[in-house]
Amino acid sequence: MKQTKLLRSLLAGVAAVAFSGGALAAQTLLNVSYDPTRELYKVFNAEFQKHWKATTGEDLEIKQSHAGSGKQARAVVDGLEADVVTLALAYDIDEIAELSKKTKQLLPDDWQKALPNNSTPYTSTIVFLVRKGNPKGIKDWGDLVKPGVEVITPNPKTSGGARWNYLAAWAYALKKSNNDEAKARAFVGDLFKHVPVLDSGARGSTNTFVQRELGDVLLAWENEAFLSIVELGPDKFDIVVPPLSILAEPPVAVVDAVAKKHGTEKLAKAYLEFLYSPTGQKIAAANYYRPRHPEHADPKDAARFPKLELISIDDPVFGGWQKAQKVHFSEGGVFDQIYAK
Amino acid sequence: MATPRIRQTRVLPGFGPTLGYTLFWLSIIVLLPLAAVFIRASELSLEEFWTAVTAPRVVASYKLSFGLSLAAAALNAVFGLTLAWCLVRYRFPGKKLVDALVDLPFALPTAVAGIALTALYAKNGIVGQYLDPDGLARVALFAKDSAIGQFLEPFSAKVAFKPLGIFVALVFIGLPFVVRTVQPVLEDLDVELEEAAVSLGAGRLQTFLRVIVPVVLPALLTGFALAFARAVGEYGSVIFIAGNIPLVSEITPLMIFIKLEQPDYAGATAIAVVMLLISFVLLFIINGLQAWASRRTGRDR
Repeated sequence: MKQTKLLRSLLAGVAAVAFSGGALAAQTLLNVSYDPTRELYKVFNAEFQKHWKATTGEDLEIKQSHAGSGKQARAVVDGLEADVVTLALAYDIDEIAELSKKTKQLLPDDWQKALPNNSTPYTSTIVFLVRKGNPKGIKDWGDLVKPGVEVITPNPKTSGGARWNYLAAWAYALKKSNNDEAKARAFVGDLFKHVPVLDSGARGSTNTFVQRELGDVLLAWENEAFLSIVELGPDKFDIVVPPLSILAEPPVAVVDAVAKKHGTEKLAKAYLEFLYSPTGQKIAAANYYRPRHPEHADPKDAARFPKLELISIDDPVFGGWQKAQKVHFSEGGVFDQIYAK
Repeated sequence: MATPRIRQTRVLPGFGPTLGYTLFWLSIIVLLPLAAVFIRASELSLEEFWTAVTAPRVVASYKLSFGLSLAAAALNAVFGLTLAWCLVRYRFPGKKLVDALVDLPFALPTAVAGIALTALYAKNGIVGQYLDPDGLARVALFAKDSAIGQFLEPFSAKVAFKPLGIFVALVFIGLPFVVRTVQPVLEDLDVELEEAAVSLGAGRLQTFLRVIVPVVLPALLTGFALAFARAVGEYGSVIFIAGNIPLVSEITPLMIFIKLEQPDYAGATAIAVVMLLISFVLLFIINGLQAWASRRTGRDR
């Protein structure tokens, strides 16, 4: 009895998948992205559909997928047929190129040269979200390791956003100590001793800070910090922008092999290029991402982004994602050593 | 009991096909994935394997996962037995409802359980505010430097984001296993046995220990083993309440998850292999105990 029931539901499942496969035959595009871009792409996709209809007369369906950046990269390698990827950091797209070599390389090694500005149409940075009135007086990275301060950040091993957090702290410590690496290690080690909970993703940490009211400061993407304030009311939190932080570049790329298979090469390219257009830039700024061309943004939106010193991942202190990943986040790397006794 | 040599005749035929299906199902559903784990792990050299599974963080996670799972299963054995006893022996209004509630941890998605428990025990939660020394209610009722506050200090337990929170989650998900295995045995147990014992002069404690416990023990051990096995593998509910701090509150399944994210599939499967082996040995011991208990009491499940 039970088995026939199981069999029947299995068959139903197979049928459902088969039918939805049939519906995919129309012109569709799958954008595989990371967690905090939900709101951005919701607006952007609607705008692009209008643009595409106006220029080509074709109707278009855009599907979105959101999860942790690293997980999404692995899903694409394992067969999720993304026409374009828009992830949290270049390393994850490098991974797609590298890991897919074993079977069929999905995109070229130099994918990041395909579009202007390192293939990042918008940037962000890491800021502090503190409780209203900033009771612990947090102004700069150094204040995070004061006694009694609790810091909330996800685990850099599993979260792209957390890697930016960590590297921003590293950049601060190096600068402060005139490039003394031992001091920088001590600083990030100290910093993580002030972290009571390590969630696996950025949204998890935001929940811990906001819903569970744990911690004094949340290290967050600038766009996430703005969103938290908009959604939860400005009476509960303040944003503190440190004098120095990291230039977080979430890149975009066409997954060539998949787009070719789907026949969406032109569409996918146009989709990403539209991100650089005045409309795309305006939408990015409205959704709290720093546009590459601030002149296209609504002046009101552009004024929301305070000026601060931003260190790029390609700065010699990091030497690019490949090196930074290896030194800091690989097995036995600097981050692991923090917790080694 | 010696197996009779003669061919048995049964009312319903079908030994051949059912055994065939049993082996086939077990192979594709259980053995195949397990074999894949071992094959993946064998990509590592012996030395790499050893380094992967004996890293301090990983060893700390074994202690936490297996220790807390055993503790949670033990607590569930005590209270699960009490619950089953109450449900079998007494009639009270709402009994059907209580009986149904026991199954809830089975059905609830573990992530929901985890988030609910975290919300409850966090320092702004309904329960957590009384437990946490910095919690709202505790601070309001008994300031830290007040006499009562100082008296309470040693008993302060922070549950959410501490190992204790993991324990709470594991107790939650393990409870139905004990209740549901013990319940049928208690239902079969005649009240007359106890009455006979008492009329022959046994005290209450004696009746419990020498009449009831021996009968229930094998089933109780089965329930304990099931609750333990479930707790060791539990991920969803624990991850929200654990805090996930290296060397303090990282469970072994999280270590595997972190390795997979790296991505270090071979390292992840190496830890999985160790987990499987430890679980297997522990379950083997528990099953042995159970067989011993059944033999001693002359009761086969």
